[in-house]
Amino acid sequence: MADNNVSDVNADGMSVEDRKRRRFLTGMTAGFGAIGAGVAVVPFVMSMAPSERAKNAGAPVQFDFSKLQEGQMVKVEWRGKPVVLLQRTSEMMAGLEQIEGNLADAGSASSSQPVYAQNNKRSDAARPELLVMEGVCTHLGCSPVEKLALGPDPEMGDDSQGGFFCPCHGSKFDLAGRVYKNVPATTNMAIPPYRFEGLVIHIGDDEGRIT
Amino acid sequence: MAIHRHDNHKSANAVMEWVDKRFPATKVWNEHLAEYMAAKNFNFWYFFGSLAILMLVLQLATGIFLTMHYKPDAELAFASVEYIMRDVPFGWLVRYLHSTGASMFFVVVYLHMFRGVIYGSHREPRELVWLIGCVIFVALMAEAFMGYLLPWGNMSYWGAQVILSLFDVIPYVGPALTEWIRGDFVISDATLNRFFAFHVILLPLILVALVFLHLVALHQVGSNNPDGIEIYDHVDEDGKPLDGIAFFPYIVVKDLIGVAGFLIIYLGNVFFWPDGGGVLLEKDNFAPANSLQTPPDIVPLWYFTPFYSILRASTTSLLFALEIITGLIVLWLWIRAKVSIKAKIGFTLLAIGVFLGLLFGSGKAWGVILMAAAIVCFFLLPWLDRSPVYSIRYRSLPFKIALVLFLAAFFILGYLGMNSPTPGRTLLAQICTVAYFAFFALMPWFTSIGKTKPEPSRVVYEAH
Repeated sequence: MADNNVSDVNADGMSVEDRKRRRFLTGMTAGFGAIGAGVAVVPFVMSMAPSERAKNAGAPVQFDFSKLQEGQMVKVEWRGKPVVLLQRTSEMMAGLEQIEGNLADAGSASSSQPVYAQNNKRSDAARPELLVMEGVCTHLGCSPVEKLALGPDPEMGDDSQGGFFCPCHGSKFDLAGRVYKNVPATTNMAIPPYRFEGLVIHIGDDEGRIT
Repeated sequence: MAIHRHDNHKSANAVMEWVDKRFPATKVWNEHLAEYMAAKNFNFWYFFGSLAILMLVLQLATGIFLTMHYKPDAELAFASVEYIMRDVPFGWLVRYLHSTGASMFFVVVYLHMFRGVIYGSHREPRELVWLIGCVIFVALMAEAFMGYLLPWGNMSYWGAQVILSLFDVIPYVGPALTEWIRGDFVISDATLNRFFAFHVILLPLILVALVFLHLVALHQVGSNNPDGIEIYDHVDEDGKPLDGIAFFPYIVVKDLIGVAGFLIIYLGNVFFWPDGGGVLLEKDNFAPANSLQTPPDIVPLWYFTPFYSILRASTTSLLFALEIITGLIVLWLWIRAKVSIKAKIGFTLLAIGVFLGLLFGSGKAWGVILMAAAIVCFFLLPWLDRSPVYSIRYRSLPFKIALVLFLAAFFILGYLGMNSPTPGRTLLAQICTVAYFAFFALMPWFTSIGKTKPEPSRVVYEAH
């Protein structure tokens, strides 16, 4: 048939110029098809990101810390994570300095905290004894157990000045959430942003302050 | 039913003739069952392929019935599983079949993989069968991991928390990626819901497709046998292998014996020991998920524990040991190995890169890399194995010793992963981690030394 002949000629007897054109057009078609497919994937990928409701549930929480006694600890839930509020005693504060030689990141240089908590106490200078910390092990996200008693402890060691022990993989932290050397975790437990308003602490919101 | 055995297109009767003109039913039946030739010396190791298919079908079937009562909702999930166990007629049976079935699936798949290793089923020309099988293994691990979150017990929750936070170590994008996978800042209802979708739709589809490809690739090259020799080297005048028998009915009937034996073990487990003493169903998972309370020991299910042990074993001291080993390998390369100067320089540069990575990387990141590498090693087996013979029956002694050491390391790692770490156990896990990787790294060497036994030209078989 005549039509078949025409297509045979096109397939076999195509000039170099025509071949280039065909390759260009095929490439453009495939390229735009791929871009289109890529764009079509975007809404599906985005649909898996945290929803508005999840973001809303991640809103700051408030806690009246005036009811915290010295040496007392509470856990507050923020974004589903346990946030430790610990009103440290003066002995606890003194203990922090004694064990600094055993710590991997005593100055919190490679750890996650707001600027105002990047100090040896890992707390806001306005209330240095109040530790506000995400009680989440930086190794694999378990929730470390508090060891508030100072002195020898079977899990924390003989020179313990209190701290947090992760039961999952044995990471140890001091009472400022600073990690010990040669344990699975390598960074200190994170400090969330927070601010004070009278006797109420707002966890998860510091209004962008840096001091 | 008188199907002419040598004509793929000959239909059995008028009905089949009508069908065959429109759909290659008889052709497919003959090519893949009635005239698919397998060696007649198959032993019990050859049960596990068909048993894996049986488990896939059973898991799909029981899974469908579970979804009729299960609620993928963080508020309702735990209670809905209890509802299945207590109030749904025979719900306990369906659920135990599924939960025990997951463990049995892994038992069968591990034995199936081991069969491949000892008889050389991964070797040329069956590399793609092996590779597709390895992808099935990875997909199965993803399927099991996601399924384990669904009961929304406390171990489900924290197990997922630990495994998902592995992605955090990826530089720059890690935390954002984990948030995207979870769909929330923590493991939550959103995570449960999407894991349900992946577990009941996406991964089963992928698994079924991969199993199909696995079989297509297998039927292209033909099944291996316990002697690791090619049965098509000796064929009759019709081109049929002299040592081959038709898959249907002979191998199928043989596999049915395997199914019967397997069902006794599997159902015995389901009826009399469904929690496997805390191994198949972990005790901490009988309490609902609690985001503020970590279980005392986070332990994955037993089929993940060898890899989990490798993850945990990665501390500063293991990295130090690996640095020394990397240095020794380079030293050996320059002094003893008979390879080109280009290869030496290439390997040395690679080793320097690894060395620097080990020096400056954190134990956590390397734990994840090593765990992934432990699985990737399986993919490389067809090219690491240089033995002139395929089957363990004719292999050299060094291979057998290495295989025993590897199995010991694998089982010890598995045991350690089920238990809480102590300094002594961590050291043992580190030694076993080195042994695990040494098995793969040294395989080109120990498979090419030692005296192998001569392979027979025909399969070893005695009629009963």
